[in-house]
Amino acid sequence: MSAIADDRPRSAIDIAALRKRLARSGEIWRSLDEIAGTAEFRRFVEAEFPAIAERLPGKPNRRTLLKLMGASLSLAGLAACSRAESIVPYVRQPEILIPGKPVYYATTLSSDGFGIGAILESHEGRPTKIEGNPDHPASRGATDAVMQAAVLTLFDPDRARTPLKGGQPASYGDFLKDMAALVSRWTASQGQGAALLLEASTSPTFVAQIDALRVRYPKLKIYRHDALATPAAEAASRALFGSPLAPIYRFDRAETIVSLDADFLGEGPGRLAYAHDFAARRRVRDPSDRMSRLYAVESTPTITGAAADHRLAIKPSEVEAVAAGLNAALTGQTGGSGSPIDQAWMTALVDDLKVSGRDALVIAGAHQSAFVHAAALAANATLGALGNTVELIEPPDALPVDGDLAALREAISRQAVDTVVALGANPLHTSPANLDMRKAFSGLKLLVHHGLYREETAFLAHWHVPAAHELESWGDIRAYDGTASLVQPLIKPLYDGKTAHELLAVLDGQFETDPMSLVRQHWAAHDDDAWKKALRDGIVFDSAAKPVTVTVPPDLGSLRPAANAAAGIEIRFVADPWLRDGRFANASWLQELPRPLTKIVWSNAALISPATAERLKIENGRVINVVSNGADIDVPAWIVPGHPDETVTLSFGFGRKAGSVAALAEGYDAFRLRSGAEWFATGAALAPRENSVRVITTQHHQAMEGRAIIRHASLDLFRQDPHFVRKDAPPSPTESLYPEWPYDQEAWAMAIDLSACIGCMACVSACQAENNIAPVGPDECERGQEMHWLRVDRYYAGPLDAPEIFFQPVPCMHCEKAPCEVVCPVNATVHTHDGLNAQVYNRCIGTRYCSQNCPYKVRRFNFLDHQSFDKDEAGPEQGVHNPNVSVRSRGVMEKCTYCVQRISAKRIQAQIENRDIADGEVVTACQQACPTQAITFGDRNRKDAKVVREKSAPQNYALLEELNTRPRTTYLGKISNPNGKLAGPGEATDG
Amino acid sequence: MPQIFSKNANGVARFVIWGSCAALLIAAAIGIILPRSDLVTGVGEPLAQPVPFSHKHHVGQLGIDCRYCHNGVETSSSAGLPATEVCMTCHSQLFTNANMLAPVRASLASGTPIKWQRVNSVPDFVFFNHAIHINKGVACETCHGEVDEMPLTRRAHTLSMEWCLGCHRNPEPNLRPPRDVFLMHWQPPEDIAEIRRQLIGMLDIHPETMTDCYVCHR
Repeated sequence: MSAIADDRPRSAIDIAALRKRLARSGEIWRSLDEIAGTAEFRRFVEAEFPAIAERLPGKPNRRTLLKLMGASLSLAGLAACSRAESIVPYVRQPEILIPGKPVYYATTLSSDGFGIGAILESHEGRPTKIEGNPDHPASRGATDAVMQAAVLTLFDPDRARTPLKGGQPASYGDFLKDMAALVSRWTASQGQGAALLLEASTSPTFVAQIDALRVRYPKLKIYRHDALATPAAEAASRALFGSPLAPIYRFDRAETIVSLDADFLGEGPGRLAYAHDFAARRRVRDPSDRMSRLYAVESTPTITGAAADHRLAIKPSEVEAVAAGLNAALTGQTGGSGSPIDQAWMTALVDDLKVSGRDALVIAGAHQSAFVHAAALAANATLGALGNTVELIEPPDALPVDGDLAALREAISRQAVDTVVALGANPLHTSPANLDMRKAFSGLKLLVHHGLYREETAFLAHWHVPAAHELESWGDIRAYDGTASLVQPLIKPLYDGKTAHELLAVLDGQFETDPMSLVRQHWAAHDDDAWKKALRDGIVFDSAAKPVTVTVPPDLGSLRPAANAAAGIEIRFVADPWLRDGRFANASWLQELPRPLTKIVWSNAALISPATAERLKIENGRVINVVSNGADIDVPAWIVPGHPDETVTLSFGFGRKAGSVAALAEGYDAFRLRSGAEWFATGAALAPRENSVRVITTQHHQAMEGRAIIRHASLDLFRQDPHFVRKDAPPSPTESLYPEWPYDQEAWAMAIDLSACIGCMACVSACQAENNIAPVGPDECERGQEMHWLRVDRYYAGPLDAPEIFFQPVPCMHCEKAPCEVVCPVNATVHTHDGLNAQVYNRCIGTRYCSQNCPYKVRRFNFLDHQSFDKDEAGPEQGVHNPNVSVRSRGVMEKCTYCVQRISAKRIQAQIENRDIADGEVVTACQQACPTQAITFGDRNRKDAKVVREKSAPQNYALLEELNTRPRTTYLGKISNPNGKLAGPGEATDG
Repeated sequence: MPQIFSKNANGVARFVIWGSCAALLIAAAIGIILPRSDLVTGVGEPLAQPVPFSHKHHVGQLGIDCRYCHNGVETSSSAGLPATEVCMTCHSQLFTNANMLAPVRASLASGTPIKWQRVNSVPDFVFFNHAIHINKGVACETCHGEVDEMPLTRRAHTLSMEWCLGCHRNPEPNLRPPRDVFLMHWQPPEDIAEIRRQLIGMLDIHPETMTDCYVCHR
């Protein structure tokens, strides 16, 4: 029920009838609306770009139309005139820089405080694209969707541009004067009444600076506020071993994996590495290949659950019981009564774990309780996996602090603290409502805020200092496994922002510092060669933490499962996968990137299960009132198949209005329901309201109804019939009326492995960054006019309450017999010698015939001028554009080009060197970003090419083969590895 | 019923009919010729530059190689314009007090770049690459003309799509051995036709692929 404005009537879906129907069939479906065939779904199927009529201004009369036509004719002539341009060469050209050739630098981006290595592409000093650093352990060459947007936030025109004193623009010099007074006051009082409020940080320099400040001001208090902190793992190891330790997982060794509410593919600082290793163990090309098996028990649908071979949705509070039951079963005790899990399921799982032994892996969700973590550690120890698939290291983010935000609140209220310096943290948005930080901060003598934006906390602060963006900063950071790496600036601070290191140095009395030397000093033990090598490689060699050997006590120390939860609805809090705690709310790419499972854009919704919706008699978009801990918020409901019953998932990150892009977004602020740092709450209540609000989702857009789009099988079935994708597939004709094209040189082709795709959306974000794809805003998305060249479709199969979930990335198929090419009246979409369907923007007159004739619905049309061509009007955000890709204007069709600019660059390079393009030399943006290497690209005419090997796998199939379009993009059918002893997913089906 | 039109009206009608045909033809001719004329394309018209830099002097009289200043031309899409520092390698010694060079000295002193007027330009949606042309035997003077005779640089060719395609369809007549691409007033040897045929093979040039739209438009 996508995209319905408040006033439109909505059709209620009979969930009970659907459940009955789906229980019997192996049907594959996208949404409840689709299987119910509601009017809303038909609207998007029948008109590719629905609601074009809504676009037209009122009722244009003949006179207005003629005027508009006259204007466009006279303007058409003007467009050809080029203005005199000037060329501005360097005064002193840097030696390594040749205009027109990008330079690449290694740096590290921060993800919730942990480092992920990146390679930045810089054009004449302007960073435009982010790739993963293959040498960095947390990246392995991949990026995620959020990292891609770092260049966008760098050029965000809403960034704070000047220091503010009491809300009025002031100079940094004035700030330093005030700080000098503060430093002398603190020096006299030893820091009495002073507090630092920090975010999560793994920076060694940062920690050293904090230590220095503690020495200088013994009475200075340090508080850490990190709304997305997950301290349970360390709490568990502190209880078990006496010291905080962080687990890291070795999926490359894991045979059987049990996730206790752990979203290891989508969350956490090691997710890219984990996804890489996880997928590598599940790459099946031949019936003799082996595969790992994943059991996921989870309290909200995640991409990890979607990738699992067996998935079970339970309430968040029940995970403890499952963990306890698992432990008991492994140690041979009788299973704990009241386990929410079916006994047969548990037996099969335990048998599998025991068979795998030390190659088994039990993972506790980072947000779960310390008991679950302890139980997982105990289970791993019992299996012998500790030290093999799980290693424990000193936590990279260990920062000795005096307490959290609640402690600071308490200190302020008893007047022990009167001066707070907040570095990066934005507690006014991310703190629990009942702390009332606004009131606390209002009473302070001095509040200094350091941040990228003039955000909520900045408005209250006496001094706000703009922060340098991470692409403008010198710094250092540790990855999930402790590997240290350096952060180097790609550009001078655009708005004279300061790094956190500089601010800490100011507090330490060093008012004039060089941001680089602060970091360099910390690494003084490294000589210049080692420093340069670390900068060039993007990692500090051999800095990963060494695993610690521990013994798990049999009784799990003092940790016990919590008492049975109170009756009522449970709330599961999650961070928005892209906006996190709201810090990226002003990044339009991220606002508009569909969430992996719900495909919701520009807002968040309260996710509930079909059964809960049925009980409450509500439908998608209906506002429900969620009451918990004495607070309540109104949120739109969204029914998610596979969601645990009587549980509601609320996501952080929305409800902010600071920033022009964030103000466009809708959604609620879930922090208002949080009472502390908890990730789930029990005893909540839901009450439907009368009204509905729009929730914008792209899940119905570009649907290819009812055809065999997704093909999948279990490993066992694949072994019996490796060619399962051919089963029941309609025969494809061999003759065609389309022209025969010779492909004498390259023939570019792509293979996408659906078994490897985890639906993380990194490819879509990377495509947007590489190809200058315009974000269009919520209203356009509602009309189905988003511009992403690559979409990731999410399909469900099987029963309504526990469906299997599939992802399928769909770029342009680059058909050899392309239906789009023959219908273009102006030859704007043409076939090239290497088989690309090239789109010529300058020829395109916008008939949209090509899109109409495309069976895959991969073409996108610019209904509006989304990006300004006027260099003065466009503002700083035009800096993010890739100079090798045209920016498209209104009225032009566009689509995936297989990154033709990258092909051209490599071809020119090869031609200059008088050689052929090597296999693997051309890498598309989506392929490069993918953490699981699901996408392979290359020249099909080379027999040794990797893409040829992929396409020769038995499960290779083309979408809609029966149309004889001969797509160059093909798919490898999804293969899962369910346990044969459990009835469940796995019968070969065509979607 | 009396006739509405007099006999003269026939003449008027003929004049109007033939006249409008002629007017259409003239308009069409203007429409075809004007966009290709130097008036619109700017061919041959020198632009005023902040410093009246003379290729005639530097290339024609002094014989400085193109690559001394345009050093990206062999490796990059952009040939590059010399940084102020490059100008000053010589002009810190020569003509150190010339008024003409005051903007160059000022640029080095202040760190503000010199803003040159662009002479040769293609629209933003055209992705021209110098390196590939140079490496495949298309000489500088083939597109830029005899700059060693230009006191002020001017556009030698239209750089229109029609002009580009002429060569992309049939590059042979414009090829020369890559070692000679920086020479001015190059005199082809006797057997140039044979050399050009060989070059097409040796340099792996595929004219049939060179008119694919994405070669220039991406």
